[in-house]
Amino acid sequence: MTTAVAVRPGFLRIAVRRYLPATLIFLGGILLWELMVIVFDIQGFLLPKPSRIASTFVDEFTVVVPAGWFTMKEAMGGFAIGAVAGVLIALTTARWTVVKDGLMPFAIAVNATPIIALAPIMNNWFGIVNPMAKMSIVAIIVFFPVMINMVRGLTEVDPSQLELMQSYASTPRELLFKVRVPNALPFLFSALKVGTTLSVIAAIVSEYFGGSREALGIYISQQAALFHFAEAWAAILVASFSGIVFYLAITLVERIVMPWHSSIRNVAGT
Amino acid sequence: MNTSAAVAIEGALKIFNEGAANQVEALQGIDLHIDPGEFISLIGPSGCGKSTLLRLIGDLLEPSGGSVTVAGKPAHQARLDREYGMVFQQATLYEWRSVAKNVQLPLEVMGRNKAEREARADQMLDLVGLTEFKSHYPWQLSGGMQQRVAIARALSFEPSILLMDEPFGALDEMTRERMQAEVLDIWSKTGTTVVFVTHSIPEAVFLSTRVVVMSPRPGRIDAVIDTDLPQPRDEDTRESDRFYAKLTEVREVLRGVQGK
Repeated sequence: MTTAVAVRPGFLRIAVRRYLPATLIFLGGILLWELMVIVFDIQGFLLPKPSRIASTFVDEFTVVVPAGWFTMKEAMGGFAIGAVAGVLIALTTARWTVVKDGLMPFAIAVNATPIIALAPIMNNWFGIVNPMAKMSIVAIIVFFPVMINMVRGLTEVDPSQLELMQSYASTPRELLFKVRVPNALPFLFSALKVGTTLSVIAAIVSEYFGGSREALGIYISQQAALFHFAEAWAAILVASFSGIVFYLAITLVERIVMPWHSSIRNVAGT
Repeated sequence: MNTSAAVAIEGALKIFNEGAANQVEALQGIDLHIDPGEFISLIGPSGCGKSTLLRLIGDLLEPSGGSVTVAGKPAHQARLDREYGMVFQQATLYEWRSVAKNVQLPLEVMGRNKAEREARADQMLDLVGLTEFKSHYPWQLSGGMQQRVAIARALSFEPSILLMDEPFGALDEMTRERMQAEVLDIWSKTGTTVVFVTHSIPEAVFLSTRVVVMSPRPGRIDAVIDTDLPQPRDEDTRESDRFYAKLTEVREVLRGVQGK
Protein backbone atom coordinates (compact mmCIF):
# COMPACT_ATOMS: atom_id res chain seq x y z
CA MET A 1 0.00 0.00 0.00
CA THR A 2 2.71 2.41 1.01
CA THR A 3 4.73 1.62 -2.10
CA ALA A 4 1.74 2.36 -4.35
CA VAL A 5 1.39 5.77 -2.73
CA ALA A 6 5.11 6.41 -2.95
CA VAL A 7 5.35 5.33 -6.61
CA ARG A 8 2.38 7.32 -7.91
CA PRO A 9 3.73 10.91 -7.83
CA GLY A 10 7.00 9.82 -9.48
CA PHE A 11 5.09 7.94 -12.13
CA LEU A 12 2.92 10.98 -12.85
CA ARG A 13 5.91 13.27 -13.13
CA ILE A 14 7.61 10.90 -15.55
CA ALA A 15 4.41 10.61 -17.63
CA VAL A 16 4.06 14.42 -17.75
CA ARG A 17 7.71 14.89 -18.69
CA ARG A 18 7.44 12.29 -21.43
CA TYR A 19 4.14 13.27 -23.02
CA LEU A 20 3.86 17.00 -22.31
CA PRO A 21 6.12 18.19 -25.19
CA ALA A 22 4.24 16.11 -27.78
CA THR A 23 0.87 17.25 -26.44
CA LEU A 24 1.93 20.90 -26.56
CA ILE A 25 3.23 20.60 -30.09
CA PHE A 26 0.02 18.87 -31.19
CA LEU A 27 -2.23 21.54 -29.64
CA GLY A 28 0.05 24.33 -30.92
CA GLY A 29 -0.08 22.87 -34.44
CA ILE A 30 -3.88 22.68 -34.41
CA LEU A 31 -4.09 26.26 -33.11
CA LEU A 32 -1.64 27.49 -35.75
CA TRP A 33 -3.64 25.73 -38.48
CA GLU A 34 -6.88 27.34 -37.24
CA LEU A 35 -5.28 30.80 -37.11
CA MET A 36 -3.64 30.50 -40.53
CA VAL A 37 -6.96 29.61 -42.16
CA ILE A 38 -8.58 32.65 -40.52
CA VAL A 39 -5.72 35.12 -41.04
CA PHE A 40 -5.04 34.24 -44.67
CA ASP A 41 -8.75 33.66 -45.38
CA ILE A 42 -8.08 30.24 -46.94
CA GLN A 43 -11.14 28.84 -48.73
CA GLY A 44 -12.85 25.91 -47.01
CA PHE A 45 -12.54 23.64 -50.07
CA LEU A 46 -8.76 24.10 -50.02
CA LEU A 47 -8.16 23.65 -46.30
CA PRO A 48 -10.97 23.59 -43.75
CA LYS A 49 -10.39 24.84 -40.21
CA PRO A 50 -9.71 22.12 -37.61
CA SER A 51 -12.78 23.30 -35.67
CA ARG A 52 -14.92 22.81 -38.80
CA ILE A 53 -13.43 19.30 -39.33
CA ALA A 54 -14.18 18.48 -35.69
CA SER A 55 -17.81 19.60 -35.90
CA THR A 56 -18.23 17.74 -39.21
CA PHE A 57 -16.74 14.64 -37.56
CA VAL A 58 -19.39 14.87 -34.83
CA ASP A 59 -22.20 15.41 -37.41
CA GLU A 60 -21.01 12.58 -39.66
CA PHE A 61 -20.02 10.27 -36.75
CA THR A 62 -22.62 7.61 -37.58
CA VAL A 63 -21.37 7.45 -41.17
CA VAL A 64 -17.58 7.80 -40.96
CA VAL A 65 -17.01 5.52 -37.95
CA PRO A 66 -18.89 2.51 -39.42
CA ALA A 67 -17.14 3.24 -42.75
CA GLY A 68 -13.81 3.21 -40.91
CA TRP A 69 -14.68 -0.09 -39.26
CA PHE A 70 -15.68 -1.57 -42.65
CA THR A 71 -12.32 -0.62 -44.12
CA MET A 72 -10.36 -1.70 -41.04
CA LYS A 73 -11.91 -5.16 -41.34
CA GLU A 74 -10.47 -5.36 -44.85
CA ALA A 75 -7.11 -4.07 -43.61
CA MET A 76 -6.95 -6.44 -40.62
CA GLY A 77 -8.25 -9.43 -42.60
CA GLY A 78 -5.69 -8.90 -45.35
CA PHE A 79 -2.99 -8.25 -42.75
CA ALA A 80 -3.77 -11.55 -41.02
CA ILE A 81 -3.71 -13.52 -44.28
CA GLY A 82 -0.47 -11.87 -45.46
CA ALA A 83 1.30 -12.17 -42.12
CA VAL A 84 0.38 -15.83 -41.54
CA ALA A 85 1.35 -16.76 -45.11
CA GLY A 86 4.63 -14.82 -44.79
CA VAL A 87 5.57 -16.60 -41.57
CA LEU A 88 4.63 -20.04 -42.91
CA ILE A 89 6.59 -19.61 -46.15
CA ALA A 90 9.58 -18.32 -44.16
CA LEU A 91 9.45 -21.38 -41.90
CA THR A 92 9.38 -23.56 -45.01
CA THR A 93 12.54 -21.89 -46.31
CA ALA A 94 14.27 -22.63 -42.99
CA ARG A 95 13.49 -26.31 -43.48
CA TRP A 96 14.25 -26.49 -47.22
CA THR A 97 16.95 -24.01 -48.19
CA VAL A 98 16.26 -24.65 -51.88
CA VAL A 99 12.90 -22.88 -51.38
CA LYS A 100 14.74 -19.88 -49.99
CA ASP A 101 17.27 -19.74 -52.84
CA GLY A 102 14.48 -20.06 -55.39
CA LEU A 103 12.07 -17.62 -53.78
CA MET A 104 14.05 -14.78 -52.23
CA PRO A 105 15.14 -12.95 -55.41
CA PHE A 106 11.52 -12.83 -56.59
CA ALA A 107 10.23 -11.87 -53.15
CA ILE A 108 12.63 -8.93 -53.01
CA ALA A 109 11.71 -7.90 -56.57
CA VAL A 110 7.95 -8.11 -55.95
CA ASN A 111 8.36 -6.27 -52.65
CA ALA A 112 9.86 -3.36 -54.58
CA THR A 113 6.97 -3.09 -57.07
CA PRO A 114 3.87 -0.92 -56.43
CA ILE A 115 1.40 -3.70 -55.69
CA ILE A 116 -1.41 -1.18 -55.23
CA ALA A 117 -1.43 -0.93 -59.04
CA LEU A 118 -3.08 -4.37 -59.01
CA ALA A 119 -6.20 -2.96 -57.30
CA PRO A 120 -8.33 -2.60 -60.48
CA ILE A 121 -7.38 -6.12 -61.50
CA MET A 122 -8.37 -7.54 -58.10
CA ASN A 123 -11.69 -5.66 -58.38
CA ASN A 124 -12.18 -7.47 -61.66
CA TRP A 125 -11.19 -10.89 -60.21
CA PHE A 126 -13.23 -10.83 -57.00
CA GLY A 127 -15.99 -8.33 -57.89
CA ILE A 128 -15.89 -4.67 -57.02
CA VAL A 129 -17.88 -4.87 -53.74
CA ASN A 130 -16.33 -8.12 -52.52
CA PRO A 131 -14.03 -7.31 -49.53
CA MET A 132 -11.68 -10.05 -50.79
CA ALA A 133 -10.66 -7.72 -53.64
CA LYS A 134 -9.19 -5.27 -51.09
CA MET A 135 -8.00 -7.94 -48.68
CA SER A 136 -5.99 -9.67 -51.39
CA ILE A 137 -4.13 -6.41 -52.13
CA VAL A 138 -3.48 -5.87 -48.41
CA ALA A 139 -2.39 -9.49 -48.00
CA ILE A 140 0.14 -9.28 -50.85
CA ILE A 141 1.53 -5.97 -49.57
CA VAL A 142 1.95 -7.33 -46.01
CA PHE A 143 3.18 -10.76 -47.10
CA PHE A 144 6.48 -9.73 -48.67
CA PRO A 145 8.08 -7.66 -45.89
CA VAL A 146 6.92 -10.22 -43.31
CA MET A 147 8.37 -13.13 -45.26
CA ILE A 148 11.64 -11.38 -46.12
CA ASN A 149 12.22 -10.21 -42.54
CA MET A 150 11.26 -13.55 -41.05
CA VAL A 151 13.70 -15.36 -43.34
CA ARG A 152 16.45 -12.94 -42.28
CA GLY A 153 15.63 -13.49 -38.62
CA LEU A 154 15.70 -17.26 -39.03
CA THR A 155 19.03 -17.13 -40.88
CA GLU A 156 20.97 -14.37 -39.15
CA VAL A 157 21.79 -16.30 -36.00
CA ASP A 158 25.05 -15.81 -34.09
CA PRO A 159 27.33 -18.70 -35.22
CA SER A 160 28.32 -19.59 -31.66
CA GLN A 161 24.64 -19.97 -30.75
CA LEU A 162 24.47 -22.59 -33.51
CA GLU A 163 27.70 -24.27 -32.39
CA LEU A 164 26.37 -24.47 -28.86
CA MET A 165 23.21 -26.28 -29.99
CA GLN A 166 25.40 -28.53 -32.13
CA SER A 167 27.48 -29.41 -29.08
CA TYR A 168 24.27 -30.51 -27.33
CA ALA A 169 23.55 -32.77 -30.34
CA SER A 170 20.18 -31.03 -30.79
CA THR A 171 17.75 -32.03 -33.52
CA PRO A 172 17.02 -29.62 -36.43
CA ARG A 173 13.53 -29.17 -35.00
CA GLU A 174 14.87 -28.04 -31.61
CA LEU A 175 17.31 -25.71 -33.32
CA LEU A 176 14.42 -24.17 -35.26
CA PHE A 177 12.04 -23.66 -32.37
CA LYS A 178 14.48 -22.97 -29.54
CA VAL A 179 16.93 -20.72 -31.43
CA ARG A 180 15.94 -19.65 -34.94
CA VAL A 181 12.30 -18.73 -34.28
CA PRO A 182 12.95 -16.70 -31.09
CA ASN A 183 15.86 -15.05 -32.90
CA ALA A 184 13.47 -14.07 -35.71
CA LEU A 185 10.83 -12.48 -33.45
CA PRO A 186 12.32 -8.95 -33.42
CA PHE A 187 12.63 -9.09 -37.24
CA LEU A 188 9.04 -10.33 -37.52
CA PHE A 189 7.62 -7.61 -35.31
CA SER A 190 9.38 -4.79 -37.11
CA ALA A 191 7.83 -6.12 -40.34
CA LEU A 192 4.41 -6.45 -38.71
CA LYS A 193 4.55 -2.86 -37.44
CA VAL A 194 5.37 -1.59 -40.93
CA GLY A 195 2.60 -3.92 -42.15
CA THR A 196 -0.08 -2.26 -40.00
CA THR A 197 0.51 1.11 -41.68
CA LEU A 198 0.82 -0.44 -45.12
CA SER A 199 -2.39 -2.40 -44.70
CA VAL A 200 -4.50 0.68 -43.87
CA ILE A 201 -2.99 2.59 -46.79
CA ALA A 202 -3.54 -0.36 -49.13
CA ALA A 203 -7.16 -0.86 -48.06
CA ILE A 204 -8.12 2.82 -48.50
CA VAL A 205 -6.22 3.41 -51.73
CA SER A 206 -7.57 0.25 -53.34
CA GLU A 207 -11.07 1.47 -52.45
CA TYR A 208 -10.36 4.61 -54.50
CA PHE A 209 -10.53 2.30 -57.52
CA GLY A 210 -14.11 1.41 -56.63
CA GLY A 211 -15.81 -0.61 -53.95
CA SER A 212 -18.68 -0.88 -51.51
CA ARG A 213 -20.54 2.33 -50.57
CA GLU A 214 -19.93 1.44 -46.92
CA ALA A 215 -16.15 1.79 -47.34
CA LEU A 216 -14.10 4.70 -46.00
CA GLY A 217 -12.05 5.10 -49.19
CA ILE A 218 -15.22 5.38 -51.25
CA TYR A 219 -16.59 7.94 -48.79
CA ILE A 220 -13.42 10.04 -49.00
CA SER A 221 -13.25 10.00 -52.80
CA GLN A 222 -16.98 10.78 -53.20
CA GLN A 223 -16.99 13.64 -50.67
CA ALA A 224 -13.85 15.09 -52.27
CA ALA A 225 -15.49 14.88 -55.71
CA LEU A 226 -18.43 16.90 -54.32
CA PHE A 227 -16.07 19.50 -52.80
CA HIS A 228 -17.15 18.39 -49.29
CA PHE A 229 -13.64 18.66 -47.96
CA ALA A 230 -14.52 18.91 -44.28
CA GLU A 231 -16.26 15.51 -44.63
CA ALA A 232 -13.22 14.08 -46.44
CA TRP A 233 -10.93 15.36 -43.71
CA ALA A 234 -13.17 13.93 -41.00
CA ALA A 235 -12.89 10.53 -42.72
CA ILE A 236 -9.11 10.90 -43.02
CA LEU A 237 -9.09 11.55 -39.27
CA VAL A 238 -10.83 8.20 -38.76
CA ALA A 239 -8.34 6.51 -41.08
CA SER A 240 -5.28 7.85 -39.28
CA PHE A 241 -6.75 7.10 -35.86
CA SER A 242 -7.49 3.49 -36.93
CA GLY A 243 -3.97 3.13 -38.30
CA ILE A 244 -2.45 4.38 -35.04
CA VAL A 245 -4.59 2.04 -32.93
CA PHE A 246 -3.65 -0.90 -35.15
CA TYR A 247 0.05 -0.04 -34.82
CA LEU A 248 -0.22 0.32 -31.04
CA ALA A 249 -2.05 -3.00 -30.78
CA ILE A 250 0.79 -4.81 -32.55
CA THR A 251 3.34 -2.95 -30.38
CA LEU A 252 1.46 -4.18 -27.31
CA VAL A 253 1.58 -7.77 -28.56
CA GLU A 254 5.30 -7.31 -29.23
CA ARG A 255 5.91 -6.24 -25.63
CA ILE A 256 3.98 -9.21 -24.30
CA VAL A 257 5.76 -11.70 -26.57
CA MET A 258 9.29 -10.27 -26.19
CA PRO A 259 9.66 -8.81 -22.69
CA TRP A 260 13.40 -9.45 -23.05
CA HIS A 261 13.98 -7.32 -26.15
CA SER A 262 16.12 -4.17 -26.25
CA SER A 263 13.23 -2.02 -27.53
CA ILE A 264 11.54 -2.55 -24.16
CA ARG A 265 14.63 -2.12 -21.99
CA ASN A 266 14.53 1.69 -22.00
CA VAL A 267 10.94 1.65 -20.82
CA ALA A 268 11.78 -0.83 -18.07
CA GLY A 269 14.76 1.28 -17.05
CA THR A 270 12.86 4.51 -16.40
CA MET B 1 45.40 -46.82 -27.89
CA ASN B 2 45.19 -45.58 -24.35
CA THR B 3 41.54 -46.13 -23.49
CA SER B 4 41.80 -44.49 -20.08
CA ALA B 5 42.60 -41.13 -21.70
CA ALA B 6 39.94 -38.41 -21.57
CA VAL B 7 41.14 -37.22 -24.98
CA ALA B 8 43.45 -39.07 -27.37
CA ILE B 9 44.46 -37.32 -30.58
CA GLU B 10 46.64 -39.23 -33.05
CA GLY B 11 48.13 -37.69 -36.16
CA ALA B 12 45.24 -35.28 -36.55
CA LEU B 13 45.33 -32.69 -39.33
CA LYS B 14 42.88 -30.13 -40.60
CA ILE B 15 42.86 -28.53 -44.02
CA PHE B 16 40.26 -25.88 -44.84
CA ASN B 17 38.97 -25.49 -48.44
CA GLU B 18 40.87 -28.61 -49.46
CA GLY B 19 41.81 -28.56 -53.14
CA ALA B 20 40.70 -24.94 -53.62
CA ALA B 21 42.96 -21.96 -54.33
CA ASN B 22 42.48 -20.65 -50.81
CA GLN B 23 43.41 -23.97 -49.18
CA VAL B 24 44.74 -23.51 -45.64
CA GLU B 25 46.59 -26.10 -43.63
CA ALA B 26 45.25 -25.23 -40.18
CA LEU B 27 46.65 -28.17 -38.23
CA GLN B 28 49.32 -30.74 -38.97
CA GLY B 29 50.48 -33.90 -37.19
CA ILE B 30 48.73 -33.29 -33.88
CA ASP B 31 49.37 -35.92 -31.17
CA LEU B 32 47.97 -35.20 -27.73
CA HIS B 33 46.82 -37.32 -24.81
CA ILE B 34 44.85 -35.78 -21.98
CA ASP B 35 44.21 -37.74 -18.79
CA PRO B 36 40.86 -37.55 -16.99
CA GLY B 37 40.71 -34.61 -14.59
CA GLU B 38 43.55 -32.70 -16.27
CA PHE B 39 43.40 -28.96 -16.95
CA ILE B 40 45.05 -28.36 -20.33
CA SER B 41 45.67 -24.93 -21.85
CA LEU B 42 46.26 -24.42 -25.55
CA ILE B 43 48.35 -21.30 -26.12
CA GLY B 44 49.99 -19.75 -29.16
CA PRO B 45 49.92 -16.79 -31.51
CA SER B 46 46.88 -16.04 -33.68
CA GLY B 47 46.44 -18.50 -36.49
CA CYS B 48 48.18 -21.38 -34.68
CA GLY B 49 44.98 -23.42 -34.86
CA LYS B 50 44.24 -23.65 -31.14
CA SER B 51 40.53 -22.90 -31.61
CA THR B 52 40.45 -25.33 -34.53
CA LEU B 53 42.01 -28.03 -32.33
CA LEU B 54 39.37 -27.34 -29.66
CA ARG B 55 36.66 -27.75 -32.30
CA LEU B 56 38.16 -31.04 -33.51
CA ILE B 57 38.01 -32.35 -29.94
CA GLY B 58 34.40 -31.14 -29.63
CA ASP B 59 33.37 -32.55 -33.05
CA LEU B 60 32.28 -29.13 -34.23
CA LEU B 61 34.81 -29.67 -37.04
CA GLU B 62 35.88 -32.94 -38.62
CA PRO B 63 39.60 -33.70 -38.93
CA SER B 64 40.92 -34.07 -42.49
CA GLY B 65 43.03 -36.96 -41.25
CA GLY B 66 44.06 -38.79 -38.10
CA SER B 67 41.79 -39.66 -35.20
CA VAL B 68 40.24 -37.89 -32.24
CA THR B 69 39.02 -40.12 -29.42
CA VAL B 70 37.15 -38.76 -26.42
CA ALA B 71 36.21 -40.85 -23.37
CA GLY B 72 37.22 -43.97 -25.32
CA LYS B 73 35.02 -43.31 -28.36
CA PRO B 74 35.22 -41.29 -31.59
CA ALA B 75 34.62 -37.55 -31.04
CA HIS B 76 31.40 -37.70 -33.08
CA GLN B 77 29.93 -40.38 -30.84
CA ALA B 78 31.11 -38.44 -27.78
CA ARG B 79 29.15 -35.40 -28.99
CA LEU B 80 26.02 -37.48 -29.56
CA ASP B 81 26.50 -38.82 -26.01
CA ARG B 82 26.68 -35.23 -24.70
CA GLU B 83 30.18 -35.50 -23.29
CA TYR B 84 31.02 -31.84 -24.04
CA GLY B 85 30.33 -28.62 -22.22
CA MET B 86 31.28 -25.60 -24.35
CA VAL B 87 32.12 -22.04 -23.30
CA PHE B 88 33.03 -19.39 -25.88
CA GLN B 89 34.68 -15.98 -25.67
CA GLN B 90 31.23 -14.38 -25.84
CA ALA B 91 28.88 -15.76 -23.22
CA THR B 92 26.47 -16.69 -26.05
CA LEU B 93 23.43 -16.55 -23.83
CA TYR B 94 20.06 -16.75 -25.56
CA GLU B 95 18.68 -13.27 -24.87
CA TRP B 96 15.05 -14.43 -24.88
CA ARG B 97 15.74 -16.81 -22.00
CA SER B 98 16.15 -15.89 -18.35
CA VAL B 99 19.38 -16.87 -16.59
CA ALA B 100 17.78 -20.03 -15.15
CA LYS B 101 16.26 -20.95 -18.54
CA ASN B 102 19.63 -20.53 -20.23
CA VAL B 103 21.21 -22.94 -17.77
CA GLN B 104 18.36 -25.37 -18.38
CA LEU B 105 18.62 -25.29 -22.19
CA PRO B 106 21.01 -28.26 -22.63
CA LEU B 107 18.89 -30.28 -20.19
CA GLU B 108 15.78 -29.42 -22.24
CA VAL B 109 17.50 -30.61 -25.40
CA MET B 110 18.46 -33.81 -23.58
CA GLY B 111 14.83 -34.39 -22.60
CA ARG B 112 15.24 -34.16 -18.81
CA ASN B 113 12.04 -33.45 -16.91
CA LYS B 114 11.17 -30.02 -15.51
CA ALA B 115 11.79 -30.80 -11.86
CA GLU B 116 15.25 -32.15 -12.59
CA ARG B 117 16.06 -29.20 -14.85
CA GLU B 118 15.10 -26.68 -12.23
CA ALA B 119 16.95 -28.50 -9.47
CA ARG B 120 20.12 -28.73 -11.60
CA ALA B 121 19.88 -25.07 -12.64
CA ASP B 122 19.52 -23.97 -9.01
CA GLN B 123 22.48 -26.11 -8.05
CA MET B 124 24.67 -24.74 -10.88
CA LEU B 125 23.69 -21.11 -10.25
CA ASP B 126 24.57 -21.64 -6.61
CA LEU B 127 27.97 -23.00 -7.70
CA VAL B 128 28.72 -19.81 -9.70
CA GLY B 129 27.12 -17.53 -7.09
CA LEU B 130 24.24 -16.21 -9.20
CA THR B 131 21.23 -17.67 -7.38
CA GLU B 132 19.60 -14.28 -6.86
CA PHE B 133 19.87 -13.46 -10.58
CA LYS B 134 18.08 -16.57 -11.84
CA SER B 135 15.04 -14.64 -13.12
CA HIS B 136 17.08 -11.88 -14.77
CA TYR B 137 17.55 -11.63 -18.51
CA PRO B 138 21.12 -11.78 -19.89
CA TRP B 139 21.26 -8.05 -20.78
CA GLN B 140 20.76 -7.21 -17.11
CA LEU B 141 24.06 -8.89 -16.16
CA SER B 142 27.67 -7.69 -16.41
CA GLY B 143 30.09 -9.43 -18.77
CA GLY B 144 31.64 -11.46 -15.96
CA MET B 145 28.26 -12.57 -14.65
CA GLN B 146 27.15 -13.57 -18.16
CA GLN B 147 30.25 -15.71 -18.52
CA ARG B 148 29.52 -17.37 -15.16
CA VAL B 149 26.04 -18.25 -16.47
CA ALA B 150 27.69 -19.74 -19.56
CA ILE B 151 29.94 -21.87 -17.33
CA ALA B 152 26.97 -22.95 -15.20
CA ARG B 153 25.13 -23.93 -18.38
CA ALA B 154 28.11 -25.88 -19.72
CA LEU B 155 28.36 -27.85 -16.48
CA SER B 156 24.62 -28.35 -15.94
CA PHE B 157 24.52 -31.79 -17.56
CA GLU B 158 27.81 -32.97 -16.00
CA PRO B 159 29.77 -33.37 -19.22
CA SER B 160 32.95 -35.39 -18.93
CA ILE B 161 34.97 -32.66 -20.65
CA LEU B 162 34.71 -28.88 -20.58
CA LEU B 163 35.92 -27.04 -23.71
CA MET B 164 36.61 -23.34 -23.20
CA ASP B 165 37.56 -21.05 -26.09
CA GLU B 166 39.15 -17.88 -24.64
CA PRO B 167 36.29 -17.62 -22.16
CA PHE B 168 37.73 -14.62 -20.34
CA GLY B 169 39.16 -12.83 -23.38
CA ALA B 170 36.47 -10.15 -23.33
CA LEU B 171 36.72 -9.40 -19.60
CA ASP B 172 38.77 -6.78 -17.78
CA GLU B 173 41.88 -7.90 -15.92
CA MET B 174 40.36 -7.79 -12.41
CA THR B 175 37.26 -9.77 -13.38
CA ARG B 176 39.46 -12.11 -15.34
CA GLU B 177 41.62 -13.05 -12.34
CA ARG B 178 38.56 -13.56 -10.17
CA MET B 179 36.98 -15.79 -12.84
CA GLN B 180 40.18 -17.82 -13.10
CA ALA B 181 40.07 -18.52 -9.37
CA GLU B 182 36.40 -19.50 -9.69
CA VAL B 183 37.07 -21.86 -12.56
CA LEU B 184 39.85 -23.56 -10.58
CA ASP B 185 37.48 -23.89 -7.65
CA ILE B 186 34.78 -25.43 -9.85
CA TRP B 187 37.34 -27.71 -11.49
CA SER B 188 38.54 -29.03 -8.13
CA LYS B 189 34.93 -29.58 -7.00
CA THR B 190 33.69 -31.31 -10.16
CA GLY B 191 36.81 -33.12 -11.33
CA THR B 192 35.89 -32.34 -14.97
CA THR B 193 38.61 -32.51 -17.60
CA VAL B 194 39.15 -29.00 -19.03
CA VAL B 195 40.65 -27.93 -22.35
CA PHE B 196 41.17 -24.18 -22.28
CA VAL B 197 42.22 -21.95 -25.20
CA THR B 198 43.93 -18.70 -24.22
CA HIS B 199 46.22 -15.90 -25.42
CA SER B 200 47.43 -15.14 -21.93
CA ILE B 201 50.58 -16.75 -20.55
CA PRO B 202 49.79 -16.03 -16.85
CA GLU B 203 46.29 -17.40 -17.33
CA ALA B 204 47.60 -20.61 -18.90
CA VAL B 205 50.24 -21.13 -16.19
CA PHE B 206 47.92 -20.27 -13.30
CA LEU B 207 45.12 -22.61 -14.43
CA SER B 208 46.73 -25.59 -16.08
CA THR B 209 48.25 -28.88 -15.17
CA ARG B 210 49.92 -28.78 -18.60
CA VAL B 211 50.35 -25.99 -21.15
CA VAL B 212 50.35 -26.94 -24.83
CA VAL B 213 52.34 -24.39 -26.86
CA MET B 214 51.36 -24.17 -30.53
CA SER B 215 52.78 -22.38 -33.57
CA PRO B 216 51.22 -21.33 -36.87
CA ARG B 217 51.57 -22.09 -40.60
CA PRO B 218 50.80 -24.92 -40.39
CA GLY B 219 49.34 -25.14 -36.87
CA ARG B 220 51.25 -27.66 -34.76
CA ILE B 221 52.24 -28.48 -31.21
CA ASP B 222 55.74 -27.22 -30.33
CA ALA B 223 56.00 -28.12 -26.68
CA VAL B 224 53.95 -29.44 -23.81
CA ILE B 225 55.04 -27.88 -20.51
CA ASP B 226 54.16 -29.42 -17.15
CA THR B 227 52.99 -26.73 -14.77
CA ASP B 228 53.54 -28.60 -11.53
CA LEU B 229 52.72 -25.70 -9.23
CA PRO B 230 51.13 -26.90 -5.98
CA GLN B 231 47.34 -27.31 -5.79
CA PRO B 232 45.07 -25.71 -4.76
CA ARG B 233 46.25 -22.49 -6.33
CA ASP B 234 45.26 -19.09 -5.03
CA GLU B 235 46.37 -15.46 -5.17
CA ASP B 236 49.65 -16.37 -3.44
CA THR B 237 50.45 -18.73 -6.30
CA ARG B 238 50.55 -15.74 -8.66
CA GLU B 239 53.29 -14.14 -6.56
CA SER B 240 55.42 -17.23 -6.01
CA ASP B 241 58.88 -17.66 -7.55
CA ARG B 242 57.87 -20.96 -9.14
CA PHE B 243 54.99 -19.18 -10.92
CA TYR B 244 57.45 -16.64 -12.35
CA ALA B 245 59.83 -19.41 -13.37
CA LYS B 246 56.98 -21.16 -15.24
CA LEU B 247 55.87 -17.91 -16.88
CA THR B 248 59.41 -17.41 -18.13
CA GLU B 249 59.64 -20.98 -19.39
CA VAL B 250 56.39 -20.71 -21.38
CA ARG B 251 57.32 -17.25 -22.63
CA GLU B 252 60.66 -18.43 -23.93
CA VAL B 253 59.12 -21.34 -25.79
CA LEU B 254 56.56 -18.96 -27.30
CA ARG B 255 59.27 -16.48 -28.28
CA GLY B 256 61.09 -19.29 -30.07
CA VAL B 257 57.85 -20.15 -31.84
CA GLN B 258 57.31 -16.61 -33.04
CA GLY B 259 60.93 -16.21 -34.10
CA LYS B 260 60.61 -19.05 -36.62
